[in-house]
Amino acid sequence: MNTYLLPLTGGVLLGLAAIWLLFSLGRVAGISGIAWGALSGPDRGWRWLFLLGLLCGGAVTHNLVGHPIPTESNAPLWLIACSGLLVGVGTRMGGGCTSGHGVCGLGRQSPRSLLATVIFMGLGILTVFVMQNVTGGLL
Amino acid sequence: MKSWPALISGILFGLGLTLSGMSDPAKVLGFLNVTGAWVPDLILVMGGAVVVTLVLTPLVLKRTAPLLASTFSLPTKQIVDRRLVGGAVLFGIGWGLSGYCPGPGLVSLLYGYQTTLVFCLAMFAGMFLESRISR
Repeated sequence: MNTYLLPLTGGVLLGLAAIWLLFSLGRVAGISGIAWGALSGPDRGWRWLFLLGLLCGGAVTHNLVGHPIPTESNAPLWLIACSGLLVGVGTRMGGGCTSGHGVCGLGRQSPRSLLATVIFMGLGILTVFVMQNVTGGLL
Repeated sequence: MKSWPALISGILFGLGLTLSGMSDPAKVLGFLNVTGAWVPDLILVMGGAVVVTLVLTPLVLKRTAPLLASTFSLPTKQIVDRRLVGGAVLFGIGWGLSGYCPGPGLVSLLYGYQTTLVFCLAMFAGMFLESRISR
């Protein structure tokens, strides 16, 4: 029951978070854009508030709701660093991530976001396949 | 511009990421492992979120302006270019290497793990690098 109910509830909350931000401030809830804009952009105030809220929401899940904290990734740090670097370059170059293109862009029926989502999902699947089958499960 | 609504949106987003399992890299990698021991649960995360945005976004955009801002700030780019495709390719590979995308990476800073800190620092380094290259 929980294996389906929690992801679904979480997903609906993500959708509502995006709709509320669009409705109230007219902004897209794309995390890569918000995170980079908080450091580099004009209009930093709302972005920092969003990121503060993000951490508060996580704290509520684990401290008040009592949902268990996930275990740490056992991937080597160099691999984690490569992952972060690619995610950083890729999301800026492609103009969004799972939230901006996936949740918000698909909601706006943007062809660019649909294409980006298909590509990054496909490459994510392909990468895990290569890691599992070619490198013999490095992770 | 009033910015307090962003705090509420962030809280909902943080709740959603952590309750759904998206902040667990093992679960995300299991979801991406379509040809192996596939864990399909996370389809419901994207599915649930997109159903909500698909239904409600057109209703919101019928308004002439947002509640507390003068205009909607939406992406204006329409064309598919190399940057979109190349960026999505790089992002997908990065995502598949660790199981972290930007939102889950940032919210996982709460857990105080070394891996999360390294991921986030590297991610910001990548963003900075891209902003230099593309200028």
